Amino acid sequence: MKVIYFAWLREKSGCSEEHVDPPPDVADVAGLVAWLKSRGPKYEEAFADLNTVRVAVNQEHTWFDHPVAAGDEVAFFPPVTGGMVN
Amino acid sequence: MIRVQQEDFDPGVELAGFATGNHAVGGICMFVGVVRHGSGIDIDGAAVGAMTLEHYPGMTERELARIEADANSRWPLEDTLIIHRYGRLVPGDRIVLVATASTHRKAAFEASEFLIDWLKTRAPFWKKEETSDGVRWVAASDADDIAADRWG
Repeated sequence: MKVIYFAWLREKSGCSEEHVDPPPDVADVAGLVAWLKSRGPKYEEAFADLNTVRVAVNQEHTWFDHPVAAGDEVAFFPPVTGGMVN
Repeated sequence: MIRVQQEDFDPGVELAGFATGNHAVGGICMFVGVVRHGSGIDIDGAAVGAMTLEHYPGMTERELARIEADANSRWPLEDTLIIHRYGRLVPGDRIVLVATASTHRKAAFEASEFLIDWLKTRAPFWKKEETSDGVRWVAASDADDIAADRWG
């Protein structure tokens, strides 16, 4: 499973992209987050407030109850700000 | 057509090459977004200069294509073009271009405004601003959600 982090999630986790092999009981995004947090304080900090974290599975916006499986691409990022200033 | 790129674009060149040879086109509407100086006077009063746009390669193109398809389903458009830049940009830099072509002007005007509103809320871009106090990630704006919501 490929996990990608953007913006401050990348900075806080110290990781932009990684391949992970979570245990079989990790069935959805929420489970994946819980497992990632168990891997160290940087991940705990990155996922400290899930209200400010959005997720995409295989490049589609989705929710934390979405299932995840081996081979998926899971991306975590803050709410999008768009590009324009005005 | 969708283009996500780091380099600048030339609106004149894009306009000259847009929707050419299609005689059903009666009007072209083009919007160019520019990084505004001082647009980032933040809540602490610090002036914002440059900013860096980060995006999600792959997903960005998918989202923009979806937004483009949505516009085409709502208005009778003959052609559309979306160019969005990423990377470090300074005040005065062009950041986004939207062009729409239609038989009658109303569709072109409305669709371009729709595209810009949705670009701000749906496209996976994140903005880091450089202020006199340092750099900071910009939070999503409720005002932009409201602007997009009016399209239903």
